[in-house]
Amino acid sequence: MPINITMPALSPTMEEGNLAKWLVKEGDTVSAGDVIAEIETDKATMEVEAVDEGTVGKIVVPAGTAGVKVNELIAVLLEEGEDASAIDAGGGATAAKPEAEADKAPAVPESSTAIEVAAKAATDPVPAPKAADGGRIFSSPLARRLAQQNGLDLKALSGTGPHGRIVKRDIEAALAAGTGKAAPAAAAPAVAAAAPATATGPSADQVLKLFEEGSYELVPHDGMRKTIAKRLQESKQTIPHFYVSVDCELDALLALRAQLNGAAATDKDGKPAYKLSVNDMTIKALALALRDVPDANVSWTDDNMVKHKHADVGVAVSIPGGLITPIIRRAEEKPLSVISNEMKDYGKRAKERKLKPEEYQGGTTAVSNMGMMGVKDFSAVVNPPHATILAVGAGEKRPVVKDDALAIATVMTVTLSTDHRCVDGALGAELLAAFKGYIENPMSMLV
Amino acid sequence: MADTNYDVIIIGSGPGGYVTAIRASQLGLKTAIVEREHLGGICLNWGCIPTKALLRSAEIYHYMQHARDYGLSADNVSFDPAAVVKRSRGVSGQLNGGVGFLMKKNKVDVIWGEGKITKTGEVTVSKSSKKAMEPQHPAPKGVKGEGVYKAKHIIVATGARPRVIPGIEPDGKDIWTYFEAMVPPAMPKSLIVMGSGAIGIEFASFYKTMGADVTVIEMMPTIMPVEDPEISGLAKKQMEKQGLKFLTDAKVSKVVKGSGKVTATVETKDGKSQEISAEKLISAVGVVGNIENLGLEALGVKTDRGCVAIDGYGRTSVPGIYAIGDVAGPPMLAHKAEHEGVICVEKIAGKDVHAMDKSMIPGCTYCNPQVASVGLTEPRAKEAGYKVKVGRFPFMGNGKAIALGEPEGLIKTIFDEKTGQLLGAHMVGAEVTELIQGFVVAMNLETTEEDLMHTVFPHPTLSEMMKESVLDAYGRVLNI
Repeated sequence: MPINITMPALSPTMEEGNLAKWLVKEGDTVSAGDVIAEIETDKATMEVEAVDEGTVGKIVVPAGTAGVKVNELIAVLLEEGEDASAIDAGGGATAAKPEAEADKAPAVPESSTAIEVAAKAATDPVPAPKAADGGRIFSSPLARRLAQQNGLDLKALSGTGPHGRIVKRDIEAALAAGTGKAAPAAAAPAVAAAAPATATGPSADQVLKLFEEGSYELVPHDGMRKTIAKRLQESKQTIPHFYVSVDCELDALLALRAQLNGAAATDKDGKPAYKLSVNDMTIKALALALRDVPDANVSWTDDNMVKHKHADVGVAVSIPGGLITPIIRRAEEKPLSVISNEMKDYGKRAKERKLKPEEYQGGTTAVSNMGMMGVKDFSAVVNPPHATILAVGAGEKRPVVKDDALAIATVMTVTLSTDHRCVDGALGAELLAAFKGYIENPMSMLV
Repeated sequence: MADTNYDVIIIGSGPGGYVTAIRASQLGLKTAIVEREHLGGICLNWGCIPTKALLRSAEIYHYMQHARDYGLSADNVSFDPAAVVKRSRGVSGQLNGGVGFLMKKNKVDVIWGEGKITKTGEVTVSKSSKKAMEPQHPAPKGVKGEGVYKAKHIIVATGARPRVIPGIEPDGKDIWTYFEAMVPPAMPKSLIVMGSGAIGIEFASFYKTMGADVTVIEMMPTIMPVEDPEISGLAKKQMEKQGLKFLTDAKVSKVVKGSGKVTATVETKDGKSQEISAEKLISAVGVVGNIENLGLEALGVKTDRGCVAIDGYGRTSVPGIYAIGDVAGPPMLAHKAEHEGVICVEKIAGKDVHAMDKSMIPGCTYCNPQVASVGLTEPRAKEAGYKVKVGRFPFMGNGKAIALGEPEGLIKTIFDEKTGQLLGAHMVGAEVTELIQGFVVAMNLETTEEDLMHTVFPHPTLSEMMKESVLDAYGRVLNI
């Protein structure tokens, strides 16, 4: 009986691979253990060994074919005494085996047409998808096939069929609305821009069911709330977050700040030309740290590392109903007074919701300061295209050890969240060290 | 004074109306149904049900005549037309009484008389203006009478009646509609059937089996014009073998009655004209909606080609007035009416319900051989722009069919090549009216060929042919 050779799963998560190279040709004799082909996955190139001996009867998938599904028939091996016509001899089982049978003995091809059929994606079994939590997503077979053909991710869709089953009309609606696109299989799951809101949480009905009627009121989301929800959900689902914390002593900075504010010129109404805040100095320190550690001043795209030449620092401003992050452009170049005044203007206009899109879109990093609210430390969510965000806690007097003796210092804890795809742990630590250097030796910010 | 205020009043108690009433009541709506003649409507008094009883008599008669084929003997086989009709009326009467019971059980008030919507939210019921068809089943007891009734929602479910062609008006004596054909005083020796839709072809098949010389005249190029032409072609061939005569692309231009026979002048498409005489003529050229005398015009309810215009939830152009079933347009089938009614009241009750999808309504014709179908025919699928894969499996390749002595027939399946969606299924042969539902469920669950191929069908059954037909569409058929 001819033996089917199917695309092997080289790792538990592998769904498809590229058939890079055949090391045998039709008519070659192979014995068990011989390397017959090379398969490329997104991670590695692996060798495929023959598990039986025989003659290569037919190579079904030619070398250089990309995206060959696991368990797809790639070649047929003939046993001793068989010739190629044996491939056409009738058998029982179908050539294409569903995944569950991956480890069983290769199946017998039914006929030559069956081999061709097996190689056609359209007739491949479409495995029922799993939800993010591993649960089953209920969907009709036609909906699954349409989703596959149109590159939609069923996890991103909600169903309108019985008990939320995803049916054909849901696929059609998603196609019409342009939603639910699956991330390209070859790319990392990030692709922030191309993968809008993925896994759906419990439905409104499921949530409301848990509360007594009348015990709540419903406030419809405004555009800002929807944007915050969408962008932060997307960020947490697509960006591998990584956190680094450090304590900074503030006494020198506070002293300098008092000195600088005291030296500010006043206009004829007695209003000072600037009034620096700790936050303004934090912005400047982060901008300078990014200038010093340029590898951390980056954005991730699938194809390239985007290395920024300037530190554009977004600053989270809390406003009624949400928050917004206006951006101090080229903050590393700007004097503290300019930063401070820009921030005052931004803060005022942000509360009036009068910021222009170019004032809050983009940026290379961000600062979120909750110190004024007495928060000791927290971790912020990276706001793409940024690769980092600095969460700033309150400056408070804490016991510290100096020269092996307890002392009192004003200390602020900051936590840097990084997108680990482009800012690794050590790089994040390096950036924080630079930041700490400016905060604890604030005079260096002035030169 | 009895309470005359309802949430829902349904006018007409046919299969659409009475099922709607039960569902409305289940949903907690206070419901009444208005009926002027017979609970159960045409379907179970003068349509679907009594014809099935007649056809069953014909079928058994046919088997008895062919007893020898099965190694049995039955000599001097004969029938009593009055007894055949009596059985059919009995079946109808039993179900008619059953609807009365169901109304009571579901606390649906029955209002006896003719309903008219006198203004939005108000139905005035008066004495029926229609001459009742005899023999009548006894009127149900405990019904409400004439008067003015109020309802927030009024659902028109008044059904349809035979279409009349001017100059060939049925007279009940020589020219019949399905009413007279249902209760023949004697079996006619010869018969002309005008129209080869479900009604025409079922009566043609019945009377042919009972010994009449039957000619069917159809205006369209194929008989049973809504069916897949391959299927209707096979049905025609088999019926011709039984001795039925067909004239297609043909039109009755004139009918002359006289001395116990009718003579029809039939013009065929090729310009030829011929005269055919028979004892009776059945006019079965379709049905038209009962939209008159309901007050719809006065209220400004929009109509479309003789039917009430509705959206997918039975809503008419006037809020508070709904229509379902035959009166709301084709396909004029009892099961379509039922489902339309259920959707309509569920929407009224605020349920999350999807609009009627007419693309998956099956159709069954109980002639010999039976014909059943769902979805698109092959020509329609191609017209719709689908690249199709078509599977066929003949009864000859099925063990059960051969054992039954029914080796004639075909099951045809049509798939969208691109997605594997089952677009249509078409069948001719023994018991196919009971088989089709398998494909209807499959289509509604949006199965593809893959799921059907992975489904185990029981052996030995006629249903195995359904799977074989699917396999054939993908070049994997086993038993031919």
